[in-house]
Amino acid sequence: MSVDLSQFIPSFLEESFEGLELMESSLLTLEAGDNETIHSIFRAAHSIKGGAGTFGFNEVTEFTHLVETLLDEMRDGRREINQQDIEILLESVDCIRLLIESARDGEPCEDEKIAKTSALLTETLNATKTESPSDESPVSTEDNGAENLTYWKIQFLPEHQLVQTGNDPLLLFNALADLGEVTLHANADELPPLTEMHAEELYLNWHIDLVSTCSEDDIKEIFEWVEDECELIIHKASPQKQEATEHTASVASKLTSTDTLQSKTPSQAQPAPASRSNDKKSTAKPKTEVGSIRVGVDKVDSLINLVGELVITQSMLSELGSDFDMTKLDKLTSGLEQLLQNTKELQESVMRIRMLPISFAFNRFPRLIHDLSKKTGKSIELVIKGEQTELDKTVMEQIGDPLVHLVRNAADHGIEPAETRLAAGKPEQGTITLDAYHQGGNIVIEISDDGGGINRQAVLTKAIEKGIVEPNASLSDAQVFDLLFEPGFSTAKEVSDISGRGVGMDVVKRNIQALGGRIQVESEQGKGSTFKVNLPLTLAILDGQLVRVGEEVYIIPLIAIVESLQVEPKLVNRASGDMVLYRLREDNVPVLPVYQLFNLPADNTNINESLLVVVEADGQKVGLMVDDLLAQQQVVIKSLKDNYQQVEGVSGATILGDGSVAMILDIQGMINIALQRAQREQRNIEKVAS
Amino acid sequence: MNIQALAQEIPEQGEQAFEGIDFITDGEQYLTFILGKEQYGVDILCVEEIRSWEKPTRIPNSPDYVKGVINMRGIIVPIIDLRQKFSIGKTYYAATTVVIVLTTEHELKKRTIGFVVDAVSDVLNAEENEIKPAPAFGGCIPQHYIDGLVNVDENVITLLNVQELQTLEPHQLLSQ
Amino acid sequence: MTKILVVDDSNSIRDMVNFTLKSAGYQTDDAKDGLEGLNKAKASAFDLVITDVNMPNMDGITLCQELRKLPNFRFTPILMLTTESSGDMKMRGKAAGATGWLVKPFNPDKLLATIKRVVR
Repeated sequence: MSVDLSQFIPSFLEESFEGLELMESSLLTLEAGDNETIHSIFRAAHSIKGGAGTFGFNEVTEFTHLVETLLDEMRDGRREINQQDIEILLESVDCIRLLIESARDGEPCEDEKIAKTSALLTETLNATKTESPSDESPVSTEDNGAENLTYWKIQFLPEHQLVQTGNDPLLLFNALADLGEVTLHANADELPPLTEMHAEELYLNWHIDLVSTCSEDDIKEIFEWVEDECELIIHKASPQKQEATEHTASVASKLTSTDTLQSKTPSQAQPAPASRSNDKKSTAKPKTEVGSIRVGVDKVDSLINLVGELVITQSMLSELGSDFDMTKLDKLTSGLEQLLQNTKELQESVMRIRMLPISFAFNRFPRLIHDLSKKTGKSIELVIKGEQTELDKTVMEQIGDPLVHLVRNAADHGIEPAETRLAAGKPEQGTITLDAYHQGGNIVIEISDDGGGINRQAVLTKAIEKGIVEPNASLSDAQVFDLLFEPGFSTAKEVSDISGRGVGMDVVKRNIQALGGRIQVESEQGKGSTFKVNLPLTLAILDGQLVRVGEEVYIIPLIAIVESLQVEPKLVNRASGDMVLYRLREDNVPVLPVYQLFNLPADNTNINESLLVVVEADGQKVGLMVDDLLAQQQVVIKSLKDNYQQVEGVSGATILGDGSVAMILDIQGMINIALQRAQREQRNIEKVAS
Repeated sequence: MNIQALAQEIPEQGEQAFEGIDFITDGEQYLTFILGKEQYGVDILCVEEIRSWEKPTRIPNSPDYVKGVINMRGIIVPIIDLRQKFSIGKTYYAATTVVIVLTTEHELKKRTIGFVVDAVSDVLNAEENEIKPAPAFGGCIPQHYIDGLVNVDENVITLLNVQELQTLEPHQLLSQ
Repeated sequence: MTKILVVDDSNSIRDMVNFTLKSAGYQTDDAKDGLEGLNKAKASAFDLVITDVNMPNMDGITLCQELRKLPNFRFTPILMLTTESSGDMKMRGKAAGATGWLVKPFNPDKLLATIKRVVR
């Protein structure tokens, strides 16, 4: 029987990544003499090694073994803990992560870092004491000498207290019977007089004849656990001799019973462990990655409670409905209210299941700052606040990289070199603060530094140089800082290998927008900068404004809305060839009639009498012309792609209270539609003109 | 889908029952339906449900034959009018107008789309040797949608390929 | 039915051992460290205990010593699940009263074959 364990690979991977994170954070705080921390680091490495071996991730096993050996020496006090070793171990954590990732993807890992670190580890290990780094020899590949039956004669003389460690001779004999045909002869010579007999001791010994194709090692393996508690003599006998001994033995043991245990068919007992582990390796290649989530029991319990309440409400309502008359209207109303309450709580509870504390995303930063300090030669302290703030798992997974970029940016460009800081009367050590908190239905993540701040003039000069803004444009501070997120914009005087690769901030902004979020910068020259990332708590639910256009209801994400207003005709302008603009304070906002973009009939096509919802996407404000403003509500986002396809101008759909479907508008997509149409028209005009 | 169970269900609004359908399970079974004056069939195993016509929510800038999407027990299902897609018969919505909801599975991903037809007619049992290839000329339905033709009495039933029916053309932005 | 207690701090190992044992028809219970294992052992009887060595709160060696002090567990087989195949570890296990050891990497077929040596 073979057991397929590949279903456990995802949980092993998850556990390993958690283990690596723990190793990393523990290593960063590790001090000499802190035994508990070393133990927990050791255990994490140990578990990874054990699991990796099971799934045939041999590269992981081998590498982790070196790490484990080093940690073992630290644990036993054979090795002093020093900074250099910690650095090597930190490097090793990265290597193990790489190795596990490539094992997961079924690809060979070719990073040169692995060989380098592995050599470094071996060198470190050899420098102190010589312990062979690999004490685990592979299971020997026995060839099962085909049909060559051997007659084994085994003398098994257990010590009296053998059974006290839980071993049972009968089961050992059963195991022998799996190898071949067994004949047992018990010898009761050592049986003491009844008065001296101890109930917990074993006084018998056995002579065993085994006819089998097995090797001596196979027999020894069965007695492996008792070899220190017995005398075991194994030798080969010729068939004739075997018969002879059988004869004498049976004479010698008149008082004892003789059991012959039937062997199972040899084919069943034969498969050698080594060959099987190879099979395993080929099956253990998971390609599909199924995301899982670990949920606290309390969250599940609260769900069960809520469902219980829902069931009670439901039964109450159905009883009420079975013979209803108007006198019971009050009861019905309160019942429905209760139902609403239950549903709301249930929804919140279910959403909470997807929520994880942001510490999962923040965890990697101590290490990052540690590395960045080393690389830049700046002394930087990291302060983390609000790490218990909860955030949707999917959002969390996707915000990690943008945050890393922002922190790198703060360390690289924000914090000044020590001399500059001292000259400015600041402490030599710079501080980067990560903070997270809830605000309305959103989570705000702040990355701030106490560095030099953004040089407004430098940004502006550069933007003008690059032709991003007009030379004489008057821009507010916020508008200037927003230029940092323009594609291709980089203020670093020299491109460093930490953050200034020319790509970056624009990508950060795009990623954040893809999550339905926003990023803002505040900065004060000489005091530092703060990057504020505003994200929805979850991707599954959205706060929306319902609007009506003709017969259709659309949902505009609340986060995109700047304001809604009744058009004042005198603020409507037509410019640059029949483009409709609306003057909103100092801005000219282009008007996009939704009915035109979507080819719908509408109640009202006259801009002067319409309602405008001013929305913003990627810094571009537009006014959406709609027929009516309806309610604001939370909606559950459903994909159109599952059964249909991506539709430009629409990010998804939702189901409204009456069961009908409404489209959720994608502002950026709508702007794109308008742009494409305008471009096409311009081309047509050029064609006509030429 | 269990067709027996479906047939036993009392017809409610939004669903229509099969009546007097012969359940012989030799060969493949096809659900047949009417478009204009012609009969068509689809693999019955793909049929998720049969609903009466209800007005869907429009999808912006979609082709005419994509009528929109409906909510089918929390799933957003697009509705395609086969009569418009294949230019057969007239496009009007009457009491017998129904939506056949078809589900196929491709690379572990399910796709569910509803198709508007004039009426559902019968369940057809067809052995493989009864299915004849369609002539390569003449009709207005592109060849790749057609699995074959089956003769039933004096009528000819066109068997459609569900997988192909569910393949959507990329969205074109329609100008005004 | 043979009832086995599995003690390991690694979820995936614990799940795998459990899964393997269950699929072979054994009844199992599990614990995430020695302390929890000891408490479970005090609460009900088991025919076999399989335990990891390195665990937080209480390691496998201590668990083994503690179990042997319980009247119910004087003869119960206890197997140590270890990656350390050194003789030293085996001696320590034996001294604590362990019946035998299983060397990781964990191999389900091997596990089932070997535990037959200690449980019926």
